[in-house]
Amino acid sequence: MKEKLIEKILMLLAFSAIGVLLLMAIFIFKEGMPIIFKAGINNFLFSTHWAPTKGYFGIFSMIVSSLYVTIGALIIGVPLALACAITLAELAPLRLTVILKPTIELLAGIPSVVYGFLGVVLLVPLIRDYLGGPGLSLLAASMILAIMILPTITSISIDAIQAVPYSYKEGSLALGATHLQTIRMVILKAARSGIITAIILGMGRAIGETMAVIMVAGNALKLPSSPLSPVRPLTSNIALEMGYAAGDHRAALFATGIVLFVFIMVFNVLANIITKRWQQE
Amino acid sequence: MATRINPLISQRVVKVQLWGLTGFTIAILFFIVCFVSIKGLPQITLDFLTTNPGDMGRSGGIFSTIMSTLYLIFIALMIAVPLGIGAAIYLTEYTRESRITYIIRFGTECLAGIPSIILGLFGFAFFVMALHLGWSILSGGMTMSIMLLPTIIRTSEESIKAVPYALREVCFSLGVTKWQTVTRVVLPTALPGIVTGVVLSIGRCIGETAVVLFTAGSSLRLPQSFFDSGRTMAVHFYILAREGISMPNAYGTATILIFSILFINLCAYYLMRQFLKKYAIFG
Amino acid sequence: MVLYMREKYRSRLSILYLIPFFLLALLGCRPSTKEGMVITIAGSTSVQPFAEKLAEVYMGHHRGAIINIQGGGSTAGIRSVRGSAADIGSSSRELGEDEKDLKEIVIAWDGIAIIVNPENKIQDISLKQLRDIFAGRMKYWSELGWGHKRIHFVTREEGSGTRSAFEEMVMHNVPISDEALVGDSNGSVREIVAHDPNAIGYISYGIVDERVKALKIGGIEPNLETIKKKKYKLTRPFLFVTRVEPQGLAKDFIKFILSPEGQKILEKEGLVGIR
Repeated sequence: MKEKLIEKILMLLAFSAIGVLLLMAIFIFKEGMPIIFKAGINNFLFSTHWAPTKGYFGIFSMIVSSLYVTIGALIIGVPLALACAITLAELAPLRLTVILKPTIELLAGIPSVVYGFLGVVLLVPLIRDYLGGPGLSLLAASMILAIMILPTITSISIDAIQAVPYSYKEGSLALGATHLQTIRMVILKAARSGIITAIILGMGRAIGETMAVIMVAGNALKLPSSPLSPVRPLTSNIALEMGYAAGDHRAALFATGIVLFVFIMVFNVLANIITKRWQQE
Repeated sequence: MATRINPLISQRVVKVQLWGLTGFTIAILFFIVCFVSIKGLPQITLDFLTTNPGDMGRSGGIFSTIMSTLYLIFIALMIAVPLGIGAAIYLTEYTRESRITYIIRFGTECLAGIPSIILGLFGFAFFVMALHLGWSILSGGMTMSIMLLPTIIRTSEESIKAVPYALREVCFSLGVTKWQTVTRVVLPTALPGIVTGVVLSIGRCIGETAVVLFTAGSSLRLPQSFFDSGRTMAVHFYILAREGISMPNAYGTATILIFSILFINLCAYYLMRQFLKKYAIFG
Repeated sequence: MVLYMREKYRSRLSILYLIPFFLLALLGCRPSTKEGMVITIAGSTSVQPFAEKLAEVYMGHHRGAIINIQGGGSTAGIRSVRGSAADIGSSSRELGEDEKDLKEIVIAWDGIAIIVNPENKIQDISLKQLRDIFAGRMKYWSELGWGHKRIHFVTREEGSGTRSAFEEMVMHNVPISDEALVGDSNGSVREIVAHDPNAIGYISYGIVDERVKALKIGGIEPNLETIKKKKYKLTRPFLFVTRVEPQGLAKDFIKFILSPEGQKILEKEGLVGIR
């Protein structure tokens, strides 16, 4: 009988994760939905005019900025991460990999604010002096994000590559392919699902990153016209104004949160579907 | 007929490129740690660690921030660890794979992917405002525990699953109840793996800023109770850096942040190694 | 032997179960039940560092008094006083019409300084030129007579009391261009301007330091004199707002701030006293 009670208690605990998720979703939606209806969903999502204290709640430029920043981070970060993964998984002697892989994973633990700080102190002046613009820019944000998601993508990709059965590699080499051809045409194809999962995880991290981005992105409201323009992604918008906001303004920030939440959910579901599909193949 | 480049030569070229990119990447990561440490280590004296910040952070040390961080970690773990381990036990020991477990797992995965700012937003709206807890270590800790929950559930589940079924079979054949099996045999055996997950979570707590800033506030004073607001090291660093209040102090705080996280992750890594070694025997 | 070890283990585990109860007991002890020994001041982040400095000194004199200072912005501060979440609200702007029912006490005067990078050769600017810059109409420093680079203008985020004051006193209903860089506090605006030779921004005069240069407005530079005499055009009051007449610790703290000692601390930090 006591066993039954314990089982019920444990089940409750297990549902806590889902429970909290639901609680969060309900709360954020409750706070943010009213303003979406008030401003009209088309206006909210597609207008670029954000002036919440005056009644304008358009977050289009922020959605676009978030996407640009994430895509930029992927363009810079994925090639580097994959290069590292291939090198460490295939080209490097095992002893080196055993040291370097955990090192890279350790470096994933560096707090985002430190990355942001270094971005401000080192990267932003470089961009400003050699490329122009205020330095606080889309480029700076993408570069910092790329460095931040690197360890994640690299580490998971290494796992994926190492998980490819050795027989694939043996067979390819036996047929006369060079090491590189093997990597390109056999191993990478086989590790594809793991690598894509890694990239999606990196993407999720990039789109959700706040502190580092706020320090280097410039936070201007205008749609970015070049990589050197200052940008304001969704996350920065929430963080910038949350401390001060009240009433409608605050509701609008929650609404921004809803959009971000929805984006991430969609990502997660997509990632789940893709990994399931590749795993079945 | 087009001339083909000898694949062995093109391979050499590409391999060099790959090594170059890898070296470049690792160099960047090392550079970050070295740069901050070189500027920050001179700052770290016993004084720095034991005095409270004064003058808005321009002078003094970071003692109150260290304590705030520890208090916050304490609360977050107090909530997340029992919840997480309990959930993990339920998922592995008490149910088979079914729709229920799928839903629970999906929920956990989603929770893991939620960006910290949304957690901060929720924590602010729910704990600080709706529950009237105000900006406090309590609000911060509870919000933080939500962030840690998926990690702890995941690592605990992995560790518990790794315990060989034979151990459980032996217990059942001896007439031991399920709960007794779990608490006296399975959990102690899975402990290193579980502890690894907890240790990793501590690392995340230390580095997290967005969640804490909006729930625990930024009061510089040493918190007298869990209802007081407090500034963690990460938040303190952010404010120092953002406002340019004191560069030396900023670097010092950053160095402590980086090294404590690196140390914690190293501990977790070695714990995991121990755990895996133990199970190499069982196979 | 093995069974004995398991017993020990079990009792150790049970102690863990007791910890949550100790915790709850701990939580029950809230110092805020001590009458009048704790007050919370919430509101403007411009006022916050000065309030913190004053609180630091006051708490040094009066052991046992606890003064919590929070940010949140002038509007939030005023609201929390209305809702009794805070004992005192701090504001860096004048009270609005619908807020006049609250009690306001001026604790200092502050100027809004227009700052540029020390490398910038410009000394003086007019309100109209400022308006054109921040509206995005004037784009190049050459139009002011220095260099030929683009003007990088920095504003505060919506909801900031400093921004409202700036919009009211300078912009006069002309919206600030959305090309503006945004800093999320006085300090961060100062940082941006200190590092970018082509930047211009506005911050509380009280936190101007040697890393930035404050411009003259219409020939008048901001300093203690000109702000006190209201000759400098961009002056604003720092207010403490309460719902009822301040009592106990709140009353004493305000008295301290208005005393010569308190005022001297404020002036040392860069504000202008009310005397």
